[in-house]
Amino acid sequence: MYAFDYRRPTTLAEAETALKGIAGAKILAGGQTLLPALKLRLNRHPCIVDLSAVGGLAAIARKGDTLSIGAMATHVQVAESKDVAAAIPGLAQLAEAIGDPQVRNRGTIGGSLANNDPAADYPAAVLALNATLKTTRRSIAADDFFKGLFATALDDNEILTEIAFPRPKRFAYAKFANPASRFALVGVAVADTASGPRVAVTGAGSSGVFRAREMEAALGKSFAPESLAKIKIEASMLTSDIHAAADYRAHLIGVMVKRAVQAALA
Amino acid sequence: MVAVLTGKELATDKIGALICGWMIHSKDGSPMKAGVYPALALNTVRYVGDRVAVVIAETLNQARDAAELVSIDYDELEAVVDLATAQQRGKPQIHAEAPNNTVYQWHLGDKAATDAAFAAAKHVTRIELVNNRLIPNAIEPRAAIGEYDRGSGGYTLYTTSQNPHVARLVLSAFIGIAPENKLRVIAPDVGGGFGSKIFIYGEEVVCTWASRKVGRPVKWVSDRTESFLADAHGRDHLTIAEAAMDANGKILALRVSTKANLGAYLSTFASSVPTYLYAPLLSGQYDVNAIYCEVDGVYTNTSPVDAYRGAVRPEATFVVERLVEVAARQLGQDPAELRMRNFITSFPHQTPVLSNYDAGNYRASMKSALELSDYAGFGARKEKSARDGKLRGIGFAAYIEACGIAPSKAVGSLGAGVGLWESAEIRVNPVGTVEVLTGSHSHGQGHETTFAQIVSQRLGIPLEQISIVHGDTDKVQFGMGTYGSRSAAVGGSAIVKALDKVVAKATKIATRVMEVADNSVDFQDGVFSARGTNKSMTWSELALQAYVAHKFDSSEIEPGLKETAFYDPSNFTFPSGVHIAEVEIDPETGVTKIDRWTAVDDFGNVINPMIVEGQVHGGVAQGVGQAMLENAVYDRNGQLLTASYMDYCMPRASDLPSIEVEMTPTHCPSNPLGVKGCGEAGAIASPAALVNAITAALGHENIVMPATPQAVWRAAQASRKLAAE
Repeated sequence: MYAFDYRRPTTLAEAETALKGIAGAKILAGGQTLLPALKLRLNRHPCIVDLSAVGGLAAIARKGDTLSIGAMATHVQVAESKDVAAAIPGLAQLAEAIGDPQVRNRGTIGGSLANNDPAADYPAAVLALNATLKTTRRSIAADDFFKGLFATALDDNEILTEIAFPRPKRFAYAKFANPASRFALVGVAVADTASGPRVAVTGAGSSGVFRAREMEAALGKSFAPESLAKIKIEASMLTSDIHAAADYRAHLIGVMVKRAVQAALA
Repeated sequence: MVAVLTGKELATDKIGALICGWMIHSKDGSPMKAGVYPALALNTVRYVGDRVAVVIAETLNQARDAAELVSIDYDELEAVVDLATAQQRGKPQIHAEAPNNTVYQWHLGDKAATDAAFAAAKHVTRIELVNNRLIPNAIEPRAAIGEYDRGSGGYTLYTTSQNPHVARLVLSAFIGIAPENKLRVIAPDVGGGFGSKIFIYGEEVVCTWASRKVGRPVKWVSDRTESFLADAHGRDHLTIAEAAMDANGKILALRVSTKANLGAYLSTFASSVPTYLYAPLLSGQYDVNAIYCEVDGVYTNTSPVDAYRGAVRPEATFVVERLVEVAARQLGQDPAELRMRNFITSFPHQTPVLSNYDAGNYRASMKSALELSDYAGFGARKEKSARDGKLRGIGFAAYIEACGIAPSKAVGSLGAGVGLWESAEIRVNPVGTVEVLTGSHSHGQGHETTFAQIVSQRLGIPLEQISIVHGDTDKVQFGMGTYGSRSAAVGGSAIVKALDKVVAKATKIATRVMEVADNSVDFQDGVFSARGTNKSMTWSELALQAYVAHKFDSSEIEPGLKETAFYDPSNFTFPSGVHIAEVEIDPETGVTKIDRWTAVDDFGNVINPMIVEGQVHGGVAQGVGQAMLENAVYDRNGQLLTASYMDYCMPRASDLPSIEVEMTPTHCPSNPLGVKGCGEAGAIASPAALVNAITAALGHENIVMPATPQAVWRAAQASRKLAAE
């Protein structure tokens, strides 16, 4: 680990000031990606701004048909929340299957989304559920948020504060875990929303999470696994690595979508 | 920063290169062609993980900062990574000493007799096998602290070694750090080894040597990625194997040709592993008349490969048990019955490949395994799976291993540089408590329990009064360490031999103290009693008398009670058994669920059933890892792509089935405890059992370990095509 300044603001305003004050300052949420990267000297930042003392960022609440989750809510909090279980049970199940207990106790939903690891679970759910990502400056629609591998619409010094999920008619997430890392080799989130079915895929796309529009259209006609029978996923847009070739990932997307639809209907 | 050191300074100080302690001769009689293995690279770097320079600083962060400033002027050479083509002419030469990157071309067995048997055979089964490269991954990475004491002129090395005395011997006699009396090696509580900590690596050499150079202790702790890169790896064979069968499924002969990847340098025992630990087990549990085996040892630009749990007995078992299974399928015979028909049934049995099996009852293990696994009900379970759209398969592995390593004279005649006996010293204190100093080394095996049980049983004293001391060259006089499932059979037998001497002397003292005739005292359950009298004394009373020495003539009997024994086994031991794996494959995803696992083993007498069962479980876990999860992958430039747990898949609890363990022991006649060894069996049996089960489910043989979901999915698609044809 290289030496860095460490700030632990107690308000968002202080946090923003700290970020603006030092070029290259980095936000620390749960630290489940950042800390290993620092320890391995893969990342070097002059300053780390730790959000853990900022109040109110981990709240989970339901307002009408909207479930809002604070950016600093840990995966365990989401997994165990009665509000999440009542509004979108599949989201609680997703949180419960992230990483291991250590990761779930430290890692946060906001950290995961801001990091936008191409194999993370949350991006698929947020995209499928057509969530809104609220920051210190604005609200960003999920469709506008994810910008490729480890890239998002967040500006420098902009802090993600809350994710608002409109309650879907149905939702499920089906993950095929990488046997080694247990990240998603292919993860598919399927939501039947007010604006129609949405299908988002993580783990497989060579530029990160993406929507499977052909499948959405098919499910729009009939929200059933059979609707997907004839849809072939194009492998050319998918990742090939030592764990899975693109054609296997393409095949798994088909299987996982089907299983997610079945789970959503169950 | 304290110092930056390179191979040049090592050479200037006349510190020698690392050694490989087993001479192998090629079939043409020429000695193996080994390149120099310097502790720090000199002019040429041969693999990613090779030690290039050493930075010594006061803190880890300072050392890392300084290491980033070390700039090395590399001329990049083409890498040789692929084992299959490494020996081709025109490939870059990794060591000038080894033309065509070939260390040796070794063989064993009668080629003419084997070829003749093949020519006459009704049926020949031929298979090609890949035995995938594994990375050991002990929970504690390697570590070393070297400390030089100017006052005494002596060095102390704290290290993570499975055999501290061998480490001292090599560092002293071959590498030339210091004479043995000026070098103490301490390796007390080591967090696992699986073989990877048998070997003498550059780091220990450097820490010890540098501690004098910089005038303070030097500490090094490997991080996990360093472990992946620089610990000796395991397995990595390419093999073509053939079985000659008669029309009834009797195995007439076996012919095996293997390329063994030895990595960029010859590690401490690397040369012996794919040769004398391998081919002598190719008869398996079967009565085979002729066997011929050829092995090429090959250099590549990869981490050195050496013994890893099972040490090539998994590879031998994989060859034999895949071959037998495939032969049974080709002949349309039941694989269990075909095995039974070929089992050796009388002992001792001389195989055509050196091994002389001393005892076993292979049919008993098979029968028990068939019953426990409900083999009879497999058909119904397979039908049920088929109704659920799943593929179910059952696979056998009837393994044998040579343990109790090893009779010194025998291994000496095969090229070993050391004897493989074991030592023990029993120190009885005046109050009767006992310290056992053993040359075996415990790094998770539970010797503190098992060895104490041996002593407790023999002396009739409680476990709390017995201490097991190991892992320190200043305490234990000498020892050969722990590997090759040798500790109970060889180390335990040395303890028995020393106990015999202690009891003999104590009994003699008892006759003097009780003033009875020679040979009239019995020792049982901790009490010495004179036959035909009411005289008796307890173990602790006797111990005190041995030290006060008032009641015997010290010109006849020396005071004190302490005995040493060196035990050299008369033969290897031959643990054996049958494992049966049953899997269910989801052809849609390629996910293989291990539904049942039956392990019936013959480890000889069992001292501690819980420890033995734990060894079976751990071994199976590692074998499942090899068969389905683990794979060390290098890219064509020699970069290790699997250098962290993100990419190298270790078995987790959820990957494993519940394991049914049963024993069908036969007494081992080759040592006084009647034990055979159990530490590696699970890892030896399980890859073959699992791949046999997976291929049975798939209906064809075309899959390579690790059988990951992707590999199984592809293979299942091929099955579907086969079925359609």
